[in-house]
Amino acid sequence: MMSNIGQASTVKTGRVSLGRLRGTGSLIALLLIMVVFSLSSSAFLQINNLMNIIVQVAVIAVIASGSMFVILTGGIDLSVGGVLALSGVLAASVVHGTGSSALAIATCLGVSLCFGLLAGALVAYGRIPPFVCTLGTMSIARGVAFVYSGGIPISGFPAAFRFPGAGYVAGVPMMVIIPIVIYVILYFVLRSTPFGKIVYAIGSNEEATRLTGINTRKYKLIVYALAGLLTGIGALLYIARINSGHPGSGNGYELNAIAAVVIGGTSLSGGRGSIVGTMIGALIMGVISNGLNLMNIDPYFQNVVLGAVIILAVMIDQHSQK
Amino acid sequence: MVSKMLLAALGVAVPLALASGPSEAKDILLGYEVQDLGNQYWVSVAQGVKDQAKALGVQVVVMDARTDAARELSNTDDMIQKKVDAILLSPWDPDSGANAVAAANKAKIPVFVLDIGVTSGAIESLVVSDNLEGGHMAGDYIASLIPATAEVAHIRCQPGYVIPALRGQGFKEVMDKKGIKIVATQAADSQRAKGMDVMQNILQAHPNLAAVFSENDEMALGAIEAIAAAGKSDQVKVVGFDGTKDALAAIKEGRMAGTVAQQPYEMGKMGVSAAIAFLKDGKHPEKQTYVPVKLLTKDNLPK
Repeated sequence: MMSNIGQASTVKTGRVSLGRLRGTGSLIALLLIMVVFSLSSSAFLQINNLMNIIVQVAVIAVIASGSMFVILTGGIDLSVGGVLALSGVLAASVVHGTGSSALAIATCLGVSLCFGLLAGALVAYGRIPPFVCTLGTMSIARGVAFVYSGGIPISGFPAAFRFPGAGYVAGVPMMVIIPIVIYVILYFVLRSTPFGKIVYAIGSNEEATRLTGINTRKYKLIVYALAGLLTGIGALLYIARINSGHPGSGNGYELNAIAAVVIGGTSLSGGRGSIVGTMIGALIMGVISNGLNLMNIDPYFQNVVLGAVIILAVMIDQHSQK
Repeated sequence: MVSKMLLAALGVAVPLALASGPSEAKDILLGYEVQDLGNQYWVSVAQGVKDQAKALGVQVVVMDARTDAARELSNTDDMIQKKVDAILLSPWDPDSGANAVAAANKAKIPVFVLDIGVTSGAIESLVVSDNLEGGHMAGDYIASLIPATAEVAHIRCQPGYVIPALRGQGFKEVMDKKGIKIVATQAADSQRAKGMDVMQNILQAHPNLAAVFSENDEMALGAIEAIAAAGKSDQVKVVGFDGTKDALAAIKEGRMAGTVAQQPYEMGKMGVSAAIAFLKDGKHPEKQTYVPVKLLTKDNLPK
């Protein structure tokens, strides 16, 4: 028993440090890309543009942090787009119907948390592969969003409700503050808490972790629930920013979130990755999108570039496993 | 391994930097942000914008929102960052458009809206087709093809979309006047695949359907596939709206009865002309600039 724990932590420590090294690699890539864009457009390296970029990636970054936890355990979460839409629509409806921002926020987070718990229960206890099960919850969430709203967006919110997404504190947008706060909290969770170490351990070797007496099913449930909650926070930021709850929103966001996680150096097979890397991955995507816009590059070409970056990131990840 | 990352990033970034032309010209820079360059209609509008800008000697940057309202806002931010002189906007929907206009208003950049419309905000002009009249034309044409006792269906764009709704309204007005029964009204969200599914379901419920009016061509093109699959191509006449290339081809082949052609290319050109007239001569445009529409059938297809 004791020796098992020792072995597990040896494996874990080795992989965490590799993840941290990969985090450095993506940071250098980000800085390099920023240098190139600064040279190509004078509009790029300005404070308000850089702020804009963070605002633009805020929703994906928050969602991706949750996806990262799921991916660390060796799973995947495809439901985030649909859950974002449904939570957003319901929150919008509540704020319109009751005028209470607090109730609306509670609804949003409650719904997204429920979807997370549902997916987590199906994965952990129902033994259903995460891909299939989150695909299912994605469809359900998206469908309910459309059924409930009749396809019509619910728009126009009071300033108090929009504050978390559209407000400013001391000149800094909330859309910058909130993701940073979340990432700092999650950084400490992953690095310094037993929960964090267990998450890595489950991804590295679930069976070995289970054999040490840890209830891996419970932890997987918590991880998916956490991802759901973070998606709900992302939904709040999203609807506050665009001032509308639209059932079609968040389309494709699950792929953007996974891309951010992968580009940031987290391994899709689980057990390796840094939360800082995920933020860098999201920033790389945002910088590329913003930079290409400022350079007036053909809009179709932007997708090509993004795809190329994702493939490069995965290739590097594969290579570093050897 | 770090060096491999470096090389990878370089490999993507350097060709891009080399490929970009001069982006800091001193002449007028327009920005056109469009909801979805995956839709032929908007591609035509964008082409009109680009060609007219070239003809008038001004620069234009085109950004695609890819059907995402948040991306549309991001594009607006980027355009403001680029200090464009005017924004031409074809929003994802009137509400998201209002956000983009609010940002532009704050940056004191004039906005010209091309189609769709916005629910709030100060814009110089809305350049839009005469949709109500187009709906009338479609209704009249369908009424001329079928007996008054026949059944027709109505396929709609997204609920809440004001401008396509005008087409539907025009169509319904004519149907009511002629006493023709609309047995089914369904939304297919402006998309071809949804149009096909919706048509399939309508045919299932109403096997004797004689005609369909679709508020846009994409959905109509989906509908004709469903009709063909049910073997009812001779029975059901389909009329769409927009006049896209695929629709004209379908009309030529006899698979579609007609379409009310918008002139998206013209719309793009008119948008740029209005913007330039405003920027160079201070000419204030009309609040709504109407682009004429035309009913196209097999008899009067353009060559």
